Amino acid sequence: MKYMMFVCTDTSPDTDEAPEPDIDAWVAENDQAGRRLTGNELAPTASATTVRVRNGELLVSDGPFAETKEVIVGFDLLECADLDEAIEVARAHPMARWGRLELRPFAAPQ
Amino acid sequence: MTAAAVAAAAAAAEAYPRIVATLIRVTGDWNLAEDSAQDALAAALERWPRDGVPDNPGGWLMTVARNRAVDVLRRSQVEQRKLRDLAVLALTAPEPAAPGAFVDDRLRLIFTCCHPALPLEARVALTLRTICAVPTADIARAFLVTESAMSRRLSRAKTKIATAGIPYRVPAGRALTERLPGVLAVLYLLFTQGYNADGEPAFADEAIRLVRLVERLLPGQPEVPALLALFLFQHSRRDARRDAAGDLLTLDRQDRSRWDHAAIAEGTAILSRVAADGVYGLQAHIAACHATAASAQDTDWLRIAGCYDRLAAAQPSPVIALNRAVAHGYAHGPRAGLALLAAARADGALDGYPHAVAVEADLTARLGWQDRAAELFRQAAAAAFSDEERRALLARAELSTCTDAPPPHPGARSAT
Repeated sequence: MKYMMFVCTDTSPDTDEAPEPDIDAWVAENDQAGRRLTGNELAPTASATTVRVRNGELLVSDGPFAETKEVIVGFDLLECADLDEAIEVARAHPMARWGRLELRPFAAPQ
Repeated sequence: MTAAAVAAAAAAAEAYPRIVATLIRVTGDWNLAEDSAQDALAAALERWPRDGVPDNPGGWLMTVARNRAVDVLRRSQVEQRKLRDLAVLALTAPEPAAPGAFVDDRLRLIFTCCHPALPLEARVALTLRTICAVPTADIARAFLVTESAMSRRLSRAKTKIATAGIPYRVPAGRALTERLPGVLAVLYLLFTQGYNADGEPAFADEAIRLVRLVERLLPGQPEVPALLALFLFQHSRRDARRDAAGDLLTLDRQDRSRWDHAAIAEGTAILSRVAADGVYGLQAHIAACHATAASAQDTDWLRIAGCYDRLAAAQPSPVIALNRAVAHGYAHGPRAGLALLAAARADGALDGYPHAVAVEADLTARLGWQDRAAELFRQAAAAAFSDEERRALLARAELSTCTDAPPPHPGARSAT
């Protein structure tokens, strides 16, 4: 199954002082195992642009589509057998501790 | 009920979750699995009283349910693979050879229903519906929602299982250690739903049946038998918890000869054979102290206070801190209890909680300050959650007003 993993910030990060997981090692391991298809860090929300079309008119505006304290700072596209495998991949990502990860399955083909 | 009907009901209760679980594994279709199993039960209730109970009732039910699933799949002309798997099922599935020989489908189903990616209430409801075959209307009543709202909730949970890819599997290794407490928490909630004053009593029996099943299928996990022991001790008081008017009785006023002593003996035997020192184990030991005391005065409060010390360290919560204050109040005197109560209240978590006021009232009465105690009992009564509690607290206020001595039955309000 394909899961889009949104990497988000969180207002209450982990307070554990255990060593931080290494993001490069995480990427290498999951790329090699075929569990990570692609992914990237995103530039700050200040650089976001929102696009809408209403009655044929193009509306372009500055900023993200929703102003929230928690923001999406990256994404990874995962290919996992099931949700439990995706959870195991997510828990090892450094942002599981400093932020939060949201796992969204691809919709089933109609 | 005729003998055949009784046999049908017993066989059905035993076989139902296995049938549903197996059909879900093979077809991946929750609704088809449930409908087929329900149809098989209906067929048994109709035929067994007339034709006699078959030698292998579970196998009979499985065969009828499987045939029904095959019919439905044929009619809808879907998925040849599922049909093939169902055909193989006929040769292999009827009864497992030995417990533990392979992972039981029912255990897989329990872990799926209790998956942390589902909302907590949906986990409880799904467990009741899918594993215990409780009608949706009964579950809805317990959760104070309409039947159609509960139907939608169950259906959303099943949709999430499919779309999010929640596996149909018992986790292994570290994942099992992490997920088992979640399963036990669902069983605990289920039991509480049955045990609460306004709950569905049958849910407590279902919870006991399920925890027995998990214990049989997943040996070597001490918290599982510990939870069973805790349930057995609590449940042993079911016939003695109310007076003739239906009001709840505190432990000290219950007729202990009406407790279920076979259940207490079973709980005690469990605690003597497993090292139960987790959160359920500690609660089971506390419940055992109450259940095995010859009278309220003979309760081993020192041991209870010790268990609460460990429980408060393992799982800090305002209610545990409150119960700990009660236990110390009996073990080491009302002043010790009041000191711990003040500490438990310090962060404000117990503000507006009438039991905390009632505990203060009880401890104050036992110090001999009757006027202050009566005032506190009235305060607690004003904030009580139910009329029943209110009446009990006002009666205590009355008792404190008209006596200089501590009341004859100093009962903690923490347990019924």
